[in-house]
Amino acid sequence: MLLSLTAIALVAAAILAALNSVTHEPIAAAQKAKVENAISAVLPAFAKLDDQTVDGKTCHVAYDEQGNMVGAAIEAGNDKGFGGHLQLMVGFDAEGVVTGYQILETHETPGLGAKADAWFQKDGKGSIIDRKPVEGDLTVKKDGGDVDAITGSTITSRAFLSIVNDAAKTFSNINR
Amino acid sequence: MNAKDIIKNGLIKENPTWVLILGMCPTLATTTSAINGLSMGLATTFVLLMSNIVISLLKSVIPDKVRIPAFIVIIASFVTVVEMVMKAYLPGLYDSLGLFISLIVVNCIVLGRAEAFASKNGVGHSALDGLFMGLGFTWALTLLGIVRELLGTGCFFGHSLIGGADGMLMMILPPGGFLALGFLMALINKLRRRNVKNS
Repeated sequence: MLLSLTAIALVAAAILAALNSVTHEPIAAAQKAKVENAISAVLPAFAKLDDQTVDGKTCHVAYDEQGNMVGAAIEAGNDKGFGGHLQLMVGFDAEGVVTGYQILETHETPGLGAKADAWFQKDGKGSIIDRKPVEGDLTVKKDGGDVDAITGSTITSRAFLSIVNDAAKTFSNINR
Repeated sequence: MNAKDIIKNGLIKENPTWVLILGMCPTLATTTSAINGLSMGLATTFVLLMSNIVISLLKSVIPDKVRIPAFIVIIASFVTVVEMVMKAYLPGLYDSLGLFISLIVVNCIVLGRAEAFASKNGVGHSALDGLFMGLGFTWALTLLGIVRELLGTGCFFGHSLIGGADGMLMMILPPGGFLALGFLMALINKLRRRNVKNS
């Protein structure tokens, strides 16, 4: 009885260990590709990237051919989303103007908070592109700000903007 | 029991969702869109098929007293296989199904078929049972996903059918899941019963 259950567990463990070694690399590659795609989606054209850790966040600082900083993509997130953790990649140009964002991790409600992936983009109803959160926090209209919150998803919108503001603060502390 | 009965049982007569009413947690949670329902169904089908085959092969060496832990180990291994492969090669899908993939382990259909069918029948029939129970689960989840997505967002498999309309958001939220499930279950069981009476 003990023997057969142990044998089954051992065989299962061996198979999973083997599979893990096979899928380990593609999983890492898929995650790396996701981050790289997000960086190039949120930043203006750049020649070289330099990764820094500022305020505990990973910042991908972008430079042109001459070594002048053209912007930075900052990975930031918090747990204030409606469904828990929300993780973004926020892009800024050298002056701190938002050039784009991508959602890296979301647990928001489909059809409501999950709309954040398009809502705050340039063609979206609550566009934050070309805004400058380094000069003052972005807030939703309900909180006295001027950004349109996602219909029915004020909590997601607040979490989203607080992450953008947080990323902007980190942007100011980047070592150029 | 012949092959035709097994196929019919899985798809209609003993459909896991509409008739046996097993595995309601993933059914309600993942059917916010048609593609999620379909993918969840297919992932479960793979686990059902493989676990039924292996359990049927091992049924004579697994002592009766420890059969449940043994079944769970086998099922959990296949679920982990699905999870790792999906994470490696279909990261987008993994992001949207996420947690629910690991929850296939506790889906009572999988353990239910292992206990009720695979531990008592030959490999061929067990494989067939796993496959068609899984496909029965898949079509149920896909139908539920189509209905909820259509009413909730006006889309069919992600393609907008009604331009500009937002749909009834409630349908893709949990209450909509219960409503759609209840109405579809009533409809399908009425059709099924009429069929039984006729034959």
